[in-house]
Amino acid sequence: MVSANPVILEMRSITKEFPGVKALSEVSITVRASEIHSICGENGAGKSTLMKVLSGVYPFGSYEGDIVFQNEVCQFKDIRASENAGIVIIHQELALIPELSITENIFLGNEPTKFGIINWTEARMRTLELMARVGLSEDPDTPVKEIGVGKQQLVEIAKALNKSVKLLILDEPTAALNESDSQHLLDLIRGLKSKGISCIMISHKLNEIEQVSDSITIIRDGKSIETLDVKADGVDEDRIIKGMVGRTLESRFPDHTPTIGEVFFEVNDWTVAHPQIADRLVCKNSSFNVRRGEIVGFAGLMGAGRTELARSLFGRSYGNFVSGQIIKDGKEITLRNVPQAIKHGLGYVTEDRKTLGLNLLDDIKTTTVSANLAAISKHTVVDLDKEYSVAENYRKQLRTKTPSVDEGVSKLSGGNQQKVVLAKWMFTDPDLLILDEPTRGIDVGAKYEIYGIIQELANQGKGVIVISSELPELLGISDRIYTIFEGAITGVLNKNEASQEALMKRMTAAKTSA
Amino acid sequence: MNAIKQLFGGNTRQFGMIFALLALVVFFQVKTDGLILTPDNMINLVNGYSYILILAIGMVLVIIAGHIDLSVGSVAAFVGIVVALTMRDWGLPWYMGILVGLILGALIGAWQGFFVAYVGIPAFIVTLAGMLLFRGANQLFGKSLTIPVPTDFQFIGAGYLPEIGPDTGYNNLTLLIGFVGVAALIWGEVRGRRKAQALGSDVKPMWVSVVKLVVLCAVILYVTYLFATGRPGTSFPVPGIILGVLVLVYGFISSRTTIGRHVYAVGGNRHAAALSGVKSKRTDFLVIMNMAILAGLAGMIFVARSNASGPSDGVGWELDAIAAVFIGGAAVTGGVGTVMGSMIGGLVMAVLNNGLQLLGVGSDWTQIIKGLVLLAAVVFDVYNKNQGKPSFIGFMTKKLGGKDNTGLEVAMPLKDTVKADS
Repeated sequence: MVSANPVILEMRSITKEFPGVKALSEVSITVRASEIHSICGENGAGKSTLMKVLSGVYPFGSYEGDIVFQNEVCQFKDIRASENAGIVIIHQELALIPELSITENIFLGNEPTKFGIINWTEARMRTLELMARVGLSEDPDTPVKEIGVGKQQLVEIAKALNKSVKLLILDEPTAALNESDSQHLLDLIRGLKSKGISCIMISHKLNEIEQVSDSITIIRDGKSIETLDVKADGVDEDRIIKGMVGRTLESRFPDHTPTIGEVFFEVNDWTVAHPQIADRLVCKNSSFNVRRGEIVGFAGLMGAGRTELARSLFGRSYGNFVSGQIIKDGKEITLRNVPQAIKHGLGYVTEDRKTLGLNLLDDIKTTTVSANLAAISKHTVVDLDKEYSVAENYRKQLRTKTPSVDEGVSKLSGGNQQKVVLAKWMFTDPDLLILDEPTRGIDVGAKYEIYGIIQELANQGKGVIVISSELPELLGISDRIYTIFEGAITGVLNKNEASQEALMKRMTAAKTSA
Repeated sequence: MNAIKQLFGGNTRQFGMIFALLALVVFFQVKTDGLILTPDNMINLVNGYSYILILAIGMVLVIIAGHIDLSVGSVAAFVGIVVALTMRDWGLPWYMGILVGLILGALIGAWQGFFVAYVGIPAFIVTLAGMLLFRGANQLFGKSLTIPVPTDFQFIGAGYLPEIGPDTGYNNLTLLIGFVGVAALIWGEVRGRRKAQALGSDVKPMWVSVVKLVVLCAVILYVTYLFATGRPGTSFPVPGIILGVLVLVYGFISSRTTIGRHVYAVGGNRHAAALSGVKSKRTDFLVIMNMAILAGLAGMIFVARSNASGPSDGVGWELDAIAAVFIGGAAVTGGVGTVMGSMIGGLVMAVLNNGLQLLGVGSDWTQIIKGLVLLAAVVFDVYNKNQGKPSFIGFMTKKLGGKDNTGLEVAMPLKDTVKADS
């Protein structure tokens, strides 16, 4: 029962090659009017490339195949051309200018002018109109840096509506949003659909896709695999995953029997203030402990203070320390800076691999040893042979896919980059490894391997803290899960008593829980 | 192309520059009827540019760390005048003068490094202020006059190695340096191959090593011959020896020591470096301080060469040094660059200057040509990285607009291709 709406967009046999790699091979998708069409696929499957072809980022001529939009074959030579046709793409990284106001952003590059002079009255009035349509109530003169990410996303959509959009492309629209902002955004997209605006959505959040999509195209290895009609085919998450990975995943987590020892790491009444705003506490009297061989999960919504807690523990690399105590192996320790934290056996793998975790100019071997250079150098002179053999060892052990350890880390896929980062911290031989969103931006197969590495570390008697936004992941690998809400720890659940509902309750309603 | 790449370790940029340097030398040699490759001219070249190359050693580290130093010319001039004054007025011996100069350089560097590293002021601003400040200080201390320096001090800027040993008709010490260089080169290559074999990593084909060694040794021996056969009493000049030692030392520091690694790490990704336990502020401080010490040294060598310190010494040096570094393959965004590359970049500029001078080209055209060379070198680099491989057609059809500096960092179009093969 495919909906009877007319076809608005057809991409036929799109093939796009980069030097040495075929990113897209004969990909076809069909989007109907007033439809939310999701594109699913693992990282690197070619979703973003396809959208770049559609929106003119890769101009006509750089790919093969046809784009038919509203019954016309289109040959977009740049983004502006696709926008003029009514196709607007909103990227994951928002294209707003933080210093400019909402009005200025909405009309940027599209200012209502008379003789080259901007008519701000008209711009402001139209902004108010657009803001009402997307359900945003702010002063249109507010600089966008002062409104939250959720609202910024709405400004982007308002900007698209201003360009009389007919087909809206959203690339991971809710990746940075919390639950309620996400819900608002999804409702808005549904509302736009009823007004006749079609939408293509790319998302890793399969539950959202299942919730809002009318149809789903699955892309795997640069090929379109299948198109599912959500209602008619009774699609659920497992069905989507099956299409994405090409097989039914028996288990998303490796089997693991933990051997848990005594408590060796304790944090008491940890309180930390925001780096700029002294009276805003990002961690409030948090206390928790980790036992040897244990994988401890930290669950919390985006902005709850999970990363802030981890980084403030890791040598006060975030925020201003107010009070609190760290006890390791029965002794109180003070970690004033990152080198001290490393010396006391802590490791921290950041959630933001590209901007905080890696030097993308470096090669694998330099990165692997970068947190523990002292171990392979004598009188500060680095032993290049040791460097090579250390890196080579970890490459084999973690099965990092690379031609050699001389390869630049920027050339690796997300999963392999994460393995290099893990190797870097494993080489410091930490007692406690804190992993912040360890599988973010990593595809399903590589996730399984990362879980295996985490469990292996725990088997060696190390404590591992896993911070994650994905509750199924936490439930799958943690032995114990703490919940955080607004900077405070609101509860702790053992593996057998934890469930998504129980966690979510503690992650959202601090006072009624724990 | 592949063979050439193997020959030069896959670094097309450095290969390009070495090639450009050789082409320039050959071009001028032909055009000037052999005036460029004469002992006298080579000595001039070394004496006239060694201080710029010394500055470039410090500058490349500053630029790798993601900063810039505009004050080096003024710092050099200030150190020069203070050293000249202390030797004249206090009667300090030449070696004490040098010590005073180095200490003063370190103090100036600590001053500027403090503001850059610990107060967090961009180095562009701090050193722009330093450029004005130390220029003024030079003129204040020297009363805008020229201060002569004693003859024994002039040795570091215009001195030659003594004639020792049997009379061979050559300068024996120059020959010795050349032979040691050749031996070190061969030994290094042999050792590198053995190690690669022992570790089981890729060993370059034998012919690559042989060709590389033959070419490099021939160049070294020829240059040695030139310097050893100059006018009686001349040799490979002292400033060149100082430069050579510094290149070896700093080349080693930057590539093989922990502090060198930290400089690259901080410049490549400051946050990631800090979260890996690198003391990034200390690294910034040391890099800026080191620059000022080398600026002081360069200033003293220049003063020694010109027999006196004057109020307009070192004007525009910062730009020559920065140009050398960028021609030598460093990236504006930091994290990329080598000491050796900067030396080659500096030599390209030096040979260009020298050759054009010998041809009687005026300073108007010399500057225009130097400007274009700088631009061309960086354009070559950007498009090379953007395209993945050099292709003139690709270069012409590629839209260069839009993404401004990103090409220097990571090849943008490649990002998607890389993801695809995970």
